[in-house]
Amino acid sequence: MAKITLDGNEYDVDHRLTVIQAAREQGVKIPHFCWHPKLSVSGNCRMCLVEIEKMPKLAIACATQVAEGMVVKTQSERVQKARNAVMEFLLINHPLDCPICDEAGECKLQDYTYKYSTGYSRFNEDKVHKPKRIQLGPNVMLDVERCIMCSRCVRFSDEIAKQPVLTFTQRGDHVVLTTFPGTQLDNPYAMNVIELCPVGALTSTDFRFKARVWEMSSTESVCTGCARGCNTNVWVRNNEILRLTPRQNEEVNSYWMCDVGRLQTFKQVNSEKRLSGPLIRKEGVSTGVGWDEAIAKAVAELRLFKKGEIAGLGSAFATNEDNYAFQKFMKEVIGTKHVDFVRHVKEGDQDEFLIRADKTPNTRGAEDVGVKPGEGGFDVDGIIRGIKSGTIKALYVLEDDVGAIPEIASVLSNLELLVVHSSVQNETTAAADVVFSASTYAEKHGTFTNFQGRVQRIRPAVATLEQDRAFDGFSMSRWDRFASHNDRWGRPIKKDARPSWRIISALASAMGGKIKYNTSEDVFRELSEKNPLFKGLSYARIGAQGVMTKSSVTVSVSA
Amino acid sequence: MSSNKKIIRKKDFSLLQRLYLPEIFRGLFTTFLQMFKPKITYQYPEERFHPPASFRGRPVLVEEQGVERCVACGLCSRVCPALAIEVQASETELEKERYPVKFEINMVRCIFCGFCEEVCPEEAIVMSNEFELAFSSQEEAIFGKDKLLTPAEKLKERLEFLKQHR
Ligand code: SF4
Ligand code: SF4
Ligand code: SF4
Ligand code: SF4
Repeated sequence: MAKITLDGNEYDVDHRLTVIQAAREQGVKIPHFCWHPKLSVSGNCRMCLVEIEKMPKLAIACATQVAEGMVVKTQSERVQKARNAVMEFLLINHPLDCPICDEAGECKLQDYTYKYSTGYSRFNEDKVHKPKRIQLGPNVMLDVERCIMCSRCVRFSDEIAKQPVLTFTQRGDHVVLTTFPGTQLDNPYAMNVIELCPVGALTSTDFRFKARVWEMSSTESVCTGCARGCNTNVWVRNNEILRLTPRQNEEVNSYWMCDVGRLQTFKQVNSEKRLSGPLIRKEGVSTGVGWDEAIAKAVAELRLFKKGEIAGLGSAFATNEDNYAFQKFMKEVIGTKHVDFVRHVKEGDQDEFLIRADKTPNTRGAEDVGVKPGEGGFDVDGIIRGIKSGTIKALYVLEDDVGAIPEIASVLSNLELLVVHSSVQNETTAAADVVFSASTYAEKHGTFTNFQGRVQRIRPAVATLEQDRAFDGFSMSRWDRFASHNDRWGRPIKKDARPSWRIISALASAMGGKIKYNTSEDVFRELSEKNPLFKGLSYARIGAQGVMTKSSVTVSVSA
Repeated sequence: MSSNKKIIRKKDFSLLQRLYLPEIFRGLFTTFLQMFKPKITYQYPEERFHPPASFRGRPVLVEEQGVERCVACGLCSRVCPALAIEVQASETELEKERYPVKFEINMVRCIFCGFCEEVCPEEAIVMSNEFELAFSSQEEAIFGKDKLLTPAEKLKERLEFLKQHR
């Protein structure tokens, strides 16, 4: 430990820390561009200059280790002058691009210009011109004029993504960031450089020009791309998801997420294939109907079968709440033992960093809440065999496109009844007799349990037909707040979809069962009372960073 | 500004004052005099008012060589106190990189404050001299690019005025 004085206050800090780290721990902010807590120190932006007593010159806080008795001033006049000067240098050649720059609104350079700059420019000469609109890789766009040469992206690619393809060429004000000849920035984590870049030099090809930052609402959520469950923010404008960004969670994903998760887990929410309202098969044709009719139809049809002739497939894509309600309904109301769910493990498609082979967000959760065969019941293979041999005549499928799996697809036509919850049209819904349009992960409250056993919360970011952003406590953009009936932007597309636990609750009460939930929190409360793994957990305790289930305090690693 | 003074009503009017007539005649005489002064009313719609360059009519988008100046930065949309403007950007091959695929002003919301004109970094949205706005439905009051794009030549006076007052 070392005793240091920071802006007049004394602190005991770990002597291995640098000044910027120690200050950060104490909540003292030192402005910086190139330093990042997860990257090596490069010390080139000079923004973090601070005054240290007995040192003749200002020192950079990111590369100065604390020492016993050190007296640091972060607000003195000398420091402020130095910051003004650094900002002036950075802005000399920075283009006046803010109006067309996607970073504007969340740009460190903009923010620091307001906070630490003199407010005017003394530079009347021409700015240097450099290449713009360079595709660095499939997903990342570079504008060299905007680059302030902090080298964060270079260090990220070298140290974290382990794909050292970025470098600087030239010198002085002609420095250009580029990839080595014949290489591309195309590693699975490449897009993290977009948030890392303190300016708008690196932007997302996918999100490019879709919206200004201040027009969107942002909601804390969890990525559904694999069993890691990276913490994310979901950015929505006009009830449409426009981008996902990683949210820091040191236990799960730190500051990062992979490109597949970032790009491929939200487009289905607003896709053309989304279902809106339930469907039932009338004389062979799938027809849109109201919820009551669909529920009545499902109940009537399910009653035609004996308990043992019905099987249920839960889903590793559905939440703990959905799966819990589902297995309870199957076992207690329908009375069948044939309950399981399909695993989606892609052996080989994983790495040492974040990406897991299990491509679902909730395998662990589905197991934990009890989606498994009862005594003597069939598992997935058993159910397939049962359908083939005719002992299983009806199948109830929760939010999983099992019809895309060849072994299951080939037996679906043997079924007399197929009931499906799904948010999109797919092979399973095409074969179904009753389809309930289910809310996606972005439209409901709930929890997923990741591979570590960490229970994490998802929250609605996109409103369905029966939800209202204001009444249902959604995060709201300024546009959401003030929209009225005569604004075109006040009439977003809303889907007629419900969370699965709610559909099941309605079905169960129609069948005389004792399942009655009003909110997903009701389901979770019951789960935490009945299931020892979830004992003592609540939505409030899970919070923003998640908590481990009881069994997983000693981390067990499953695929 | 606070004052403790009492309001005093005059009570001791003279007879003339109590008759009111002299004052009434004075007023009628003023009115009568107006008949010999130049007329300032317009016989609208046959006669039309041509507003000066400082007038703030409906906001329009400046078009140069067939392209809007606007880069779809959304600043006008953000600053508009009435939330009248909706902009959707997209990419263009032109040097400006982005342009508005959709630009709509809800004229039922617009209060003609001119903030959009003031904030625009491109001088791409300006207040025109058009003030004749009548709609038969709210939907009709939403002006898209078709109604907003106006050639720069037509807006010369306003652009010149803005240059002088920068
Ligand atoms: S990087 Fe920041 S300062 Fe530079 S143009 Fe973009 S928003 Fe403006
Ligand atoms: S592109 Fe961005 S992150 Fe990379 S060096 Fe330039 S400013 Fe830094
Ligand atoms: S402020 Fe100007 S450039 Fe920006 S969107 Fe509005 S009209 Fe276009
Ligand atoms: S004039 Fe004022 S109210 Fe009208 S569009 Fe412009 S900013 Fe909005």
